[in-house]
Amino acid sequence: MFKRKKNRFIETIVETLLRFSGGITTLTILLISIFLFTEGWGLFNSSTVEKGYILCVNKSNPVKNLTPTQIKEIFDGNITSWKQVGGSDIPIVPLRMDDVASMYTEEEIGTEFEHLPAKLSEAIEKEPGALGFFPEQFIDIKFMGRVLPAETITLKEYFTGKEWYPTATPASQFGLLPLLLGTLWVSLGAILLALPFGMAVAIYMAEIANNRVRKILKPVIELLAGIPSVVYGFFGLIVIVPLIRSLFNLPVGETALAGSIVLAIMALPTIITVAEDAMRTTPLAMKESSLALGATHWQTIYKVIIPYASSGIMAAIVLGIGRAIGETMAVLMVTGNAAVIPHTFTEPVRTIPATIAAELGEASVGSVQYQALFMLGAILFVLTLGISIWAEIIRKEPQSD
Amino acid sequence: MKLEANNINFYYGDFQALKNINMTIEQNTVTAFIGPSGCGKSTFLRLFNRMNDLIPDTHLTGECLIGGQNIYDKNITVDELRKKVGMVFQKPNPFPKSIFENVAYGLRVNGVRDKKEIADTVEKSLRQAALWEEVKDKLKKSAYELSGGQQQRLCIARALAISPSVILMDEPASALDPISTSKIEELIFELKNSYTVVIVTHNMQQAARVSDKTGFFMLGELIEFDDTKKIFLNPQKEQTQNYITGRFG
Repeated sequence: MFKRKKNRFIETIVETLLRFSGGITTLTILLISIFLFTEGWGLFNSSTVEKGYILCVNKSNPVKNLTPTQIKEIFDGNITSWKQVGGSDIPIVPLRMDDVASMYTEEEIGTEFEHLPAKLSEAIEKEPGALGFFPEQFIDIKFMGRVLPAETITLKEYFTGKEWYPTATPASQFGLLPLLLGTLWVSLGAILLALPFGMAVAIYMAEIANNRVRKILKPVIELLAGIPSVVYGFFGLIVIVPLIRSLFNLPVGETALAGSIVLAIMALPTIITVAEDAMRTTPLAMKESSLALGATHWQTIYKVIIPYASSGIMAAIVLGIGRAIGETMAVLMVTGNAAVIPHTFTEPVRTIPATIAAELGEASVGSVQYQALFMLGAILFVLTLGISIWAEIIRKEPQSD
Repeated sequence: MKLEANNINFYYGDFQALKNINMTIEQNTVTAFIGPSGCGKSTFLRLFNRMNDLIPDTHLTGECLIGGQNIYDKNITVDELRKKVGMVFQKPNPFPKSIFENVAYGLRVNGVRDKKEIADTVEKSLRQAALWEEVKDKLKKSAYELSGGQQQRLCIARALAISPSVILMDEPASALDPISTSKIEELIFELKNSYTVVIVTHNMQQAARVSDKTGFFMLGELIEFDDTKKIFLNPQKEQTQNYITGRFG
């Protein structure tokens, strides 16, 4: 009577397998995020000064250290006095190795550069306002200048930096702001474009279209979601970009607007499907009682159905934003990729995912740039995670207000 | 207003739900429709505000008159008709809005803008629905905070606010507890003074308590239609007799 059933053994195996695969999936997701953060976090422990080089000053100079931004400003000629970086009031004389070498004849330096270390030392010692940027290999123990400690980028600099210029010498610039703003501009523009259109289609599909039209339209819209993003990018590049260029009379058509339009098209299926499903959950009785009070179909739609489905519609918007923020390829192809803070929609911008895709290939493994890109990935991860959580919360809100 | 149905046949696709029905409902009376599930009594009720129009693939023959006018005439505007013929549904189904806005809804969709007029009508309708005393301090609260019985009275107030001439009720108390039910029944009795009320019910005691006339439906046919007393005490047809004594149904 209490005998074990025949297939019990197989059931146990299947159960174990299912549990195992569930565990593996969770573990993978966890590992990816840990990997992103550990790789990215290294950025804040590495020097942004080019590898194999040092920065040095005259021994009498009281300045203890320089931030990456200050270094760049000095070598760009925007900061000219030591006073501006907390030193005495003497002009800064930036010295690269080539500058020093050109002061002397070939014989003085020596054919094997054997006298170069001494000459570099001499140049620094002679000039009280000097800021030397020399290869490490030419600095010997007799060096008379003071080597500045290797400066790392701080969290604050990373998040408030206005320039993203990883290949700048002597110090790479990693300012998140232009990329973050580029991403937000493009995504916001996309949502502003996609929302009215998406809502219109969703209302049409949920309320107006008859069953036959719906049966055709629904799979077509879902098909839109399945087209690879590179195809959208290609479409944007040959249709939208030239159109924008001639419409606004711009030198180039690759702008934030082009990105927004392409993303809007890509976000449409998500917005339509989720919003339509939300509107379809409106109880028939509620629609009927609105109609029974003499409301027209359209009054019923915007006074009863849309308020009832509002949380679902909000979720649709948020999911659409999420789709837009993470999109890489299509945006990379049409936005022009200039890492500057955008002021209008007709300027080229660069987004976070596009930066990762464009730069990862040329960044050497373990370098500062490599770590900075991982940090970008981590930030993108946090952004999209936040948006997904937000969408979940909105969707689960009770319908009773 | 007087309701008249002449030779009504109604089909869902190929299925004939109503078979040659004739009925006259006098002004300011309460008429109850009883009968087993699927007998067509709800379908018949919904003909009077053209609610069946919403169901695809249906077909009607015959005449349906309200105040002498055929409501299925081509020049009748459905939403204008529905303003004159209010309806209360089986389950309380307030809108996701405040108590006040639920009652004001019908006015707003009909283009009433005057704030004072709206406020006065809302109060009057809530008083008529015997709900005013219970909700007057929380008009801005969500309608979902009310109990099931209160929600149903709110739905009645909502229907009254647009001052219809006829009120159709589709099993209005079937989802409510006995106390709420008796309140609704008292209310129906009150409404008779100013409206023509038609009520579909599964509860025969309810029909006996509230109505002046009762129609008994079975398998899409109107078996018997007469004064309520006569139907319950001295029915002319055997089927009616069987149903009200509980031999089937």
